[in-house]
Amino acid sequence: MTEILGVLLSANFAFASIRMASPLLLAAMGGLFSERAGVLSLGLEGMMLSGTLAAFLGSYYSGSPWVGLLAAAAAGGVVALVYAAACVTFRANQVVAAVGLNILAVGATGLAFRGAFGVTHHLHRAPAFQPINVPVLSDLPVVGPILFRHLFPVYLAFLLVPVVIFVLYRTTWGLKLRSAGENPLAAETLGVKVERMRYTGIIISGLLAGMGGSLLSTGFISTFMEEMTAGRGWIAFSAIIFGKWTPIGTFLATMLFGAADALQLRVQALGLAIPYQLLLLFPYLLTLCALVLVGRTQAPAALGTPYERMGGSRK
Amino acid sequence: MAPPMLELRGITKQFPGVLANDNINLAVEPGEIHALLGENGSGKTTLMNIVYGLYHADAGEVRFEGRPLRMTSPGEAIATGIGMVHQHFMLVQAFSVTENVILGMRCRREPLLDRDGGATEVQALSAKYGLKVDPRARVWQLSVGEQQRVEILKALYRRARLLILDEPTSVLTPQETEELFEILRALASEGRSVIFISHKLHEVLSVADRITVLRRGRVIDTVRAATSSKEGLARMMVGREVVFRVNKPPARPGPVVLEVKNLQALNQKGLPALKGLSLEVRAGEILGIAGVDGNGQKELTECLIGVTRPVRGEVRVAGENITGLSPRQICRRGVAVIPEDRHRQGLVLPMQVAENIMFGNFYRPPFSRRGFLQLGVIHDVARRLAAEYDIRTPSTDIPVANLSGGNQQKVILARELSGQPRLIVAMLPTRGLDVGATEFVHRRIIDARNSGVAVLLVSTELEEILSLSDRIAVIYEGEIMGLVPGDGADVHELGLMMAGSKRLAAVS
Ligand SMILES: Nc1ncnc2c1ncn2[C@@H]1O[C@H](COP(=O)(O)OP(=O)(O)O)[C@@H](O)[C@H]1O
Ligand SMILES: [Mg+2]
Repeated sequence: MTEILGVLLSANFAFASIRMASPLLLAAMGGLFSERAGVLSLGLEGMMLSGTLAAFLGSYYSGSPWVGLLAAAAAGGVVALVYAAACVTFRANQVVAAVGLNILAVGATGLAFRGAFGVTHHLHRAPAFQPINVPVLSDLPVVGPILFRHLFPVYLAFLLVPVVIFVLYRTTWGLKLRSAGENPLAAETLGVKVERMRYTGIIISGLLAGMGGSLLSTGFISTFMEEMTAGRGWIAFSAIIFGKWTPIGTFLATMLFGAADALQLRVQALGLAIPYQLLLLFPYLLTLCALVLVGRTQAPAALGTPYERMGGSRK
Repeated sequence: MAPPMLELRGITKQFPGVLANDNINLAVEPGEIHALLGENGSGKTTLMNIVYGLYHADAGEVRFEGRPLRMTSPGEAIATGIGMVHQHFMLVQAFSVTENVILGMRCRREPLLDRDGGATEVQALSAKYGLKVDPRARVWQLSVGEQQRVEILKALYRRARLLILDEPTSVLTPQETEELFEILRALASEGRSVIFISHKLHEVLSVADRITVLRRGRVIDTVRAATSSKEGLARMMVGREVVFRVNKPPARPGPVVLEVKNLQALNQKGLPALKGLSLEVRAGEILGIAGVDGNGQKELTECLIGVTRPVRGEVRVAGENITGLSPRQICRRGVAVIPEDRHRQGLVLPMQVAENIMFGNFYRPPFSRRGFLQLGVIHDVARRLAAEYDIRTPSTDIPVANLSGGNQQKVILARELSGQPRLIVAMLPTRGLDVGATEFVHRRIIDARNSGVAVLLVSTELEEILSLSDRIAVIYEGEIMGLVPGDGADVHELGLMMAGSKRLAAVS
């Protein structure tokens, strides 16, 4: 017990929590745009996984993780576009569309990776992001090493939080986006282009989820493995619910899940007599508990319902 | 001469199975209040949705201030100067009043959202036209009347020169209705045009300059309000003579059947909806509950039929405490229900007429034996009831969704009334029905009352309450404001109680 307490209080653990939270945070901030526009962000896992592979490939072939990051965003965006077409244009059941897309992403990324590199045990490596030490701040005692010696996408994730708050609540565009998730018919009668808002929200979720994925293959580790996201997209989705669809709440939820992940890793390293499978389970168990605790009451009123314009066909 | 504000030429709109608008011509002058009168289903809403760009006409032309419009979205209608207040409000409940008003408009500080500037403008508009509402309140906190004012503000904020109101008075007290009419007259005196949709004759006569009557998607005539009579309009609307009063013999009240004591219940949001409500209904009488929608009517009926559990208080049927019993247990004690929304509560639309008729009894012999449905018995009974209740259907095994609204309501009546109930809880039993079906439903309710059944009638249509009830109770914010005898009840007095401003000593 004292060992675990020791882990919790270490600077190392705080640093790792931030690291582990940041892919979740990127994906969840993206997912918020989709959810607030009224479309379930259940497809985050597939978008993230595609980003993971694209980042690796981009970085491997160009030699630059920055190219990888752009490729990751693009790949997430493309998956999102497919999801948007299914949910918005064809008004498919969002759960079915997302689950299908996620399964497809697992197969497609695995296939593409094997196609490019064959089935070998040799570990392929791509250039990864290097930590950026923020001048002056990184030399501060305690907080310096915890907060200011991270990778670029990690900073990006955290800087995104105030930006998302601003965009959602302080711009007319944010108001329109949220109206599409609350009452799309009312929004349409005021001239808001509901379908366009929903497309945009979903695509933003794909861009950010893809970037979140890049941290896994060109950030913390510099290689790609099949099913590398291991459910992080689902956890990001849960973080939005646990955070009651607010940017701050979602941010805090990803921090909690990130910490759970970090704890699990550190405790494994201690070599205690706990089966490591049980430890691996820990973040997922926490997610499950979190979801049970939150009701649906705070959700956007039209979340998950396809929107069909009145009067059927129009020229 | 100036061209009309709005001119419709040959508008036609076909829905699967119905011709909702059939070659409609209409002209609305600047500064005019023009009423569109017609029964439910006559095509009023469809026509206005076409003008507003929500629907696309199959044929015909819309002209605004003399210019032809080719409208494909409400955004264009708004830009042209057309505003519409829909029957079902188009408001974002989670947003503030100001946010609802400025949604979709450019802000002065675009792309930034200018909440304070918007609130000031909303305040100014609401002061100018007497549309009292707090710009910073969330819409879900507002009363229905206030929400309607938000809708009107939305249109005025967009500088609408033509304002369309679809059945605006169905959610208002008589006093609020009069206030609304004042606002409409003020708008018309500024040269704006108003299209006022209603199926209530007296309202149309009191506020409109001209009246266009629709029946089954066609214009019957356009007449001046000043030279029209209620009877004449009713004849045009329905296509035959209409009797306004329901004949019923004097009530002979028996013992108390329904007794509600100090009932308290919460609404879906967890806020108090019933605040210690008490009432009694005797055998052989109809107690009407009048009130503006959303004052606890829903929660009251839900407590009576066991769908909602009261927080405190007691419901007794024929002396037995039924509080907290399940809907099935309550049903078995002789409580029949005619629900508010037959599509969502009263019927399972994709299922057969016969199946819908035996819901509530399917687990009992003779409909079911040893867990197996007795289809032969079920269809025999359904056919007998279909004949008895005049349900017009080719057979009892077609989906109830294929029936017209009136026949669907008869399916519910057949199921609920054929079981010899002690008490009927009827909520808006004629909503959306045509005159013939309405008469049928009223007749059946009165027959039940004459044979000694206690009836609790909950309705927001004051006319229905007045014509059926032996006693009238008014509900306001979860309390009974007063009780008056049904004969000679004073509409003005009821209206005051509906607004919560007067409490009479209870008379029974
Ligand atoms: N979206 C729709 N699809 C199919 N039928 C419709 C639709 N909207 C209205 N209708 C039908 O068109 C007719 C006219 O309806 P409506 O315009 O709502 O009448 P009103 O407003 O006068 O009550 C009705 O028979 C109704 O069932
Ligand atoms: Mg209508």
